[in-house]
Amino acid sequence: MRAEKVDKIATAVVLSLAGLVGLLIISFLGYLLVVGLPNVSWHFLFSPAESFKSGGGIRDQLFNSLYLVVLTMLVSVPLALCAAIYLSEYAPQNRLTATLRLAIEVLSSLPSVVIGLFGYLVFVLQFGLDFSLLAGALALTILNLPLLTRSCEDALQQVPQLQRQAGLGLGMSKWRVTTKIVLPAALSGIITGAILSAGRIFGEAAALIYTAGQSSPAISYTDWNPFSPTSFLNPLRPAETLAVHIWKVNSEGLVPDARAVSNGSAAVLIITILAFNLLARLVGYLIKRRLAK
Amino acid sequence: MDKVKQELLTPSAESRQEWRGKIISYLAIIVIGGLVATILIFLTSKGVALFIQDGYSLGKFLSGVNWQPSHHLYGALPMIVTSFAVTLLAGIVALPLALVSAVAITEMLPPRVNQLIQPVIELLVGVPSVVYGYVGLTVIVPRLGRLFGGTGFGILAATCVLFLMVLPTMTSMTIDNLRQVPKQYRLASAGLGATRWQTITRVVIPSAKGGILTAMIFGMARAFGEALAVQMVIGNAAVMPHGLMSSAATLTSVLTTGIGNTVMGTTSNNALWSLALILLLMSLAFNLLLRLVAKKGAH
Repeated sequence: MRAEKVDKIATAVVLSLAGLVGLLIISFLGYLLVVGLPNVSWHFLFSPAESFKSGGGIRDQLFNSLYLVVLTMLVSVPLALCAAIYLSEYAPQNRLTATLRLAIEVLSSLPSVVIGLFGYLVFVLQFGLDFSLLAGALALTILNLPLLTRSCEDALQQVPQLQRQAGLGLGMSKWRVTTKIVLPAALSGIITGAILSAGRIFGEAAALIYTAGQSSPAISYTDWNPFSPTSFLNPLRPAETLAVHIWKVNSEGLVPDARAVSNGSAAVLIITILAFNLLARLVGYLIKRRLAK
Repeated sequence: MDKVKQELLTPSAESRQEWRGKIISYLAIIVIGGLVATILIFLTSKGVALFIQDGYSLGKFLSGVNWQPSHHLYGALPMIVTSFAVTLLAGIVALPLALVSAVAITEMLPPRVNQLIQPVIELLVGVPSVVYGYVGLTVIVPRLGRLFGGTGFGILAATCVLFLMVLPTMTSMTIDNLRQVPKQYRLASAGLGATRWQTITRVVIPSAKGGILTAMIFGMARAFGEALAVQMVIGNAAVMPHGLMSSAATLTSVLTTGIGNTVMGTTSNNALWSLALILLLMSLAFNLLLRLVAKKGAH
């Protein structure tokens, strides 16, 4: 009888504590959306930021964030995928492989501010890229590589061994088996992982303040020449992202409507990340359904 | 005849493909391995410059309590203590709540609730740390100021922000670990007449112990390395903290504010790189700890 009573009491306590945590979380997300969404308007999304006046928007910051994600993915997806193919298909079980896995684990545990500092030291100063989108994208690539490699490797590992053997039995080379049989079967997992990691780097700030910089010079959206200094496509221009913008507006406080700008920016960030998560689920689901047919 | 001979002696299309594939994937892994080595070498060589080039004593750096670059005093102890304090406090508060939430989700609530909670947790894990810092700055700091007096900036505010930040990560990892406990364990325990609570505390949690510990260390490692969210709420005074409400500075927050204000190669800049080296070594230590826990769990 006593054990049952304890069970009941403990259940009630656990559920009410969990409920409290849930309430905390819901009020956190709710606060961000309720306070932020009224500030989000077409004007806010599509007008440039102001440095000293109120009424500025986040057009350039939003574009920079998205462009930076694209640049980062361009570098990191092929690299992570090839590394994952090595680890999953080619790597022998020896000390070298164990060391490489350890290296990737170490990379994933590095704080983003340390990666940002490394990027500042190497990309910005040594390579002479200055504060630029390219330096930022390279820093984000370092941040992104370990997790992306792991998710690609997991996706490759989930393809049944039997399918590989069938391919090899037909006389295909291992590389052909990998690219023609394993990769298509693992595609949904790879793409889901890539989109999720894109969402993660979209909101990154600490690795960017000393690589992509904290300023956004005037850029023109009609100039499609990526080598022109004012073009929006130029990867060598300094670029402040949305997350950096929130930090900078709050720590410098030169804009009179810092609260409104950051509330709106935070809401936009959250919604974009939610969109990335939903997109990852949707794409994974669609590809799986197509392959099942 | 010559044609057959040539075909037999030259590599086939398949083996050429194989070579190309091997080269591509080997290159990628070499790039990543080289990258990690470069990071470690560069940051270490910059980090020891303060002691080798500028001749500052390591003991004074680690045990000094004054961080005054203008007076050539580089005592890192206040930052080290503060970093550990906020990390430990956040971890201690977050662990029981993460465990309780995970138990409620996996063991008590119906699976349908689970499906609803999963995307929310995923979203929370992905919320940028700057947003956590911003909420801390606009909501937590003023409340703390009103409750306890003072500005509200300080260790307690940073703890709250980090707690909020690591809670989703720790909860989702704990959920994964509780799920990995085989269902037969629970059934066997129930078959022996144990109540649900007895099963949870005596069977499920002990068998997921290693995983829960991993989740806690992982969350604390994340808290230790967090820069901007902490920098926004901690007050940024590089002095020895003397209470929960006193302004302080962590390793990361000093780095964030300092690197842009010092000139490369000067002593005060080198001192900052030494702080970065401490961060690097700490993240390696967290890594080692995780490996130890995993190894112990495997036996």
